[in-house]
This record gives sequence, C-alpha cells and structure tokens, in this order.
Amino acid sequence: MEKIAVQSELNPEHKKKPVFDVRTLLPALSALLALLINVLVPNSPKYVQKPLPYFTIALIAIIGITLVFAVLSLFFENLRKRVAFKSWFIAAFILLLNILNIATIKLMLLQPIYFPNPDKILKVYVDDGAFILKCLGYSLRLLFTGFFIGALAGLTTGILVGWSRKWSYWVNPLIKIIGPIPATAWVPIALVTFPTTFTASTFLIALAVWFPTTVLTSSGISNVQNSYFEVSSTLGAKALHKIFKVALPASMPMIFIGLFNGTGASFITLMTAEMMGVKFGVGWYINWQKDMLSYANVYAGLIVIAVTFSLLITLLFRVRDKVLVWQKGVIKW
Amino acid sequence: MVKSETGYIRAENLRKEFVQPDGQTVVALSNVNAEIKPGEFISLIGPSGCGKSTFLRLLAGLTTPDEGAFTLDGVKITDASYERGLVFQDPTLFPWLTIYDNVAFGLKVRSIYHEKKKDVLDFIRLVGLQGFEKAYPHQLSGGMAQRAALARALVNHPKVLLLDEPFGALDAFTRMNMQDELIKIWQERGTTTVMVTHDVDEAIYLSDRIFVMSPRPARIENILEVEIGRPRERDLPEFLRLRAKILQILDFAGKREDIQYYL
Repeated sequence: MEKIAVQSELNPEHKKKPVFDVRTLLPALSALLALLINVLVPNSPKYVQKPLPYFTIALIAIIGITLVFAVLSLFFENLRKRVAFKSWFIAAFILLLNILNIATIKLMLLQPIYFPNPDKILKVYVDDGAFILKCLGYSLRLLFTGFFIGALAGLTTGILVGWSRKWSYWVNPLIKIIGPIPATAWVPIALVTFPTTFTASTFLIALAVWFPTTVLTSSGISNVQNSYFEVSSTLGAKALHKIFKVALPASMPMIFIGLFNGTGASFITLMTAEMMGVKFGVGWYINWQKDMLSYANVYAGLIVIAVTFSLLITLLFRVRDKVLVWQKGVIKW
Repeated sequence: MVKSETGYIRAENLRKEFVQPDGQTVVALSNVNAEIKPGEFISLIGPSGCGKSTFLRLLAGLTTPDEGAFTLDGVKITDASYERGLVFQDPTLFPWLTIYDNVAFGLKVRSIYHEKKKDVLDFIRLVGLQGFEKAYPHQLSGGMAQRAALARALVNHPKVLLLDEPFGALDAFTRMNMQDELIKIWQERGTTTVMVTHDVDEAIYLSDRIFVMSPRPARIENILEVEIGRPRERDLPEFLRLRAKILQILDFAGKREDIQYYL
C-alpha cells in the first residue's frame, strides 16, 4: 500500500492532470437556478414594497464562491472529494432558499408578517448587523462566565463525590434532589437573590452546566478500574497523583459527555434568561423584535444563534478530539 | 552478572482471610513462612485458589495480612511502594499516556523525572521498544504492551520486581521470547524477582527456586531448587525430571482437595 502511494506522488503527471467531477458544479447550478428565478419571475402583485437587491447579491456571491471551489477541485484531489461529497447537500440547501423565496416574495403563499422573504432577512444584517453583533457579545460573555463557573464547580464536586465516600454520602443526595430541577425553574429565586440580572443568569447557567458535569465526572471516576490505582501506587503515586494523574484522565471520556450535556443546557438557560429580562443578548433581541412584530429581525437573530452555537459545539468537539486522542480506534461516540 | 545487595524478603507466619459476600470466611493464606535472598528469582506455582496471588499482593503492599508480616530488608511492609514494582497479567498501561509517558510515570509522581529523564529512554530501549515512545497503548500488541509495563516498573529501580502471571495472556512464541528477555534483564540488573505462574516449564526455565503452593489451607507445600546452569534448555534431562516432580507434587496437592489446576 505504502509503496503505491509513494509512486503516485513521485509521478508528477498523475498529480497535475485536472480531473473533473460533475458533482462539484451542483451548488453553483442550484444557485444559478435560484438567481434566474429571482431575477426573471416577477414579484407577486400583492408585494407592494420597494424591491431589495440583497438576495440577488447573495446568490451571485454564492455562485462565485462555489465556482471557485469547483475550479480548485479540478486540481486538488482531497478538495475534490470533499466538495463532491458535500455538493448534494449544499445544492439542496440553496434549493430550499430558492423555494422559500418563491413561496414568499414571488407567490405570497405565506403570511408575510411572520414569514419574511430572504431579502428582508438579509436587509436586517445590513441595517442592524452591528447591533446584533453587540448583542452576541453580551450573550457570549454571559454564556462563558456561567459555563466556566459551572464546569469548574461540576468538576470539583464530581471529583469529590466520585473519589471520597464521605463526600458521596453527604453530597450525592443533594445532587439527586437539586440536579434534576431545570435551571430555569430557579428564575424566581435567582432574580430576588442576586443583585443584578447578569449575576442571576450567570448562576442559572452555571447550575445548568454543573449538574451533568458533576454526575458524569463522579460516575466516571468511581468506575475507573481499580488495577490502575494499584499499579500507580506500586509506581510511587500518592493520593493526589491518583486523583489527578489517574482518576481524572481515565474519566475524561465521561467528563466530556457531561460537558456536552452541560453545553446544551447552558444554551437553553441562556436563551430563557435573556427572554426573561437580561438585557442586550441575542435572546433578548429576538424577544424584543418579536414584540415589535419585526419577524425578519427575529429570523436574523435565530440564524446568528444557530451559527454561533453550532460553532461552539464544533469547538468543543475539537477540544475533545485533542484531549482524547489516545482513544482513537478504541471508543467512538 | 550483578547480584544486588538489597531485596531480602522474609515472610513470617502470614495469614490472610477473606470474607465472602455470603458471610463465609475463606483462608487465603495460613502460616506461610518464606525467605527470599537478594537477587533471587522465585516462582510461585500452584493450582487456582492456592493463594499465590494473595502472597504477591501482600508482598506488593496492596493488602495487609491478618497475622504475621512481610519484611523487605528488615522493614515491615505496610503499604505499596515503588520499591516493589508490580506487573500484572494485563499490562494495565494507562491508555491516556504514550508509551514514553507511561514509563516516565513513576519518575514523575516521585518528582525525580528531571534528574532521571535519561532512564526513561534507557529502559524503553532495554525492553526493545525504541521507536514506539510516542505510540499509545492501544496501538501495541500484547507482548509489546507487557514490555512497556516491565519498563514502567523497572524505571523506578525497584528492590523487588513482582510479576503476576506476566506472560499468561501471550501466545506461545511471544511468551518464550519474553521469558528470554526477562532473564536477560534480570541477569543485567540483579533485581530480586518474585513471579506467580501457572506454567511449570516457565517456572523451571526462569527460577532459582520454585515455591510449590497447595490450596486450603493455602501454604507453601514444597520449595524446589532449580540446579540447572543458565542459559537453560527446555529438553535437558534435569529439566524434565524436575518438571515431572513438580507435576507429581501438584497432582498430589490438587487431588487432596479435588481442585482443578492449570498447567
């Protein structure tokens, strides 16, 4: 196998020769179709506002970008494989936008107040983008503060409960009672206990992250094979080494499951907190715009949240892959 | 060949009982006395349930005896220590550490890694794992993992090396290779070595003396000197005679209580 790979690399003609895969053009074609429909099909007569250029611009940009990828795919095999693999999905996604555009501005099939056309949603970013970004900054500040406090507290209680019988005896029942209460149920208490809505929400998010992190850390630690501890003690490890150099790394896979659950819970709590009164986050923005019946802004906010949260989850996956590199080929989830 | 000055083990009137889940008490060892000289290679052999693993765990300090005591160089053994390195049948390498970091583990927890850094690579080389420093345990074969476990125990320069059926899970060829490697390392380092095994040939091939143990009451039934020059051949008449003798003792030991044993 290895020899073959080396040979093909040594053979320059094999590498340079452009290879065309028709699938790499699918996204561009789908975008072209959407563009043609958007430009050539007249807007519904019921649509009385001034036409906006944003969807057209966006589609041209998409065509440009996907064409660049298609051209690059001619020369780079790895890129070609990836682009070809993803092409159906991307093309279908653009088709969905196309259908949405037809259903809204072209045919007016949907209630225009609640289901704005793509042009209007894009316009929000042009007009209000800076403010949404600022809102996102507020949201992330709250999310990160709460998440780190919760994760740290969760790790600490998880280690104590998983390691020591005494801690387990006293704290485990508390975890069982307090843990399953959804963090948002604490809102009334949190609001009167903490001086500001920011600290109250930080507490709620931390609580939401704390519970799954604690439970999975402690069960991870109490399930570590005893022979690891035995071997480590014959190598000279003392109690603290056994906790931090054996128990903790051995439970990392479980801890990450806890952190993933906690991340999900923190998103929910963040949105709830912001919709209930914390000022200037994206959740607050969505709620505010909803009250003003500006649904285009609501969608714009939702898209920002979707993109941000999925980026954060991806980031956590990357961190996990880095930390759990030793698991490669052992366990996959 | 080096013979160490330290690593003198005495067992005096050892007794160890276990309480089973149903409340019954099982005597794992009773009235066990033994003496192991510095640098000796001892094998413990006997049927299942004869307490040989308990003997080793007491010596490692992983459990404490109910009566009597083990002493190492005159000091009573009360706790596990790096002075008594242990290798299980399952290599129990830490899967989250590379081979290098596994071997370095003992030095790091003893906070002498910076002074003794060189030892890590030396011992990896000693067990023939050079080039695998950055590999993770799951990438190694059973024999390689066991070599790494051996290096991990040896890097601490233990006074005593304890082996609990170290090659029991390996195939026959790997096992014979590992036995030769082990003898080579033992001869180079002269560490007192105590090994539990099911394999009569392995015991004869490796040991200076063999403790044959009997079950219920679990104790040392017989101590046999292996007076065969090294390197040993497995088909020498003395080898075969000794083997027949051990089998006879084991047969007797086993039949008395009607207990299954493994060869």
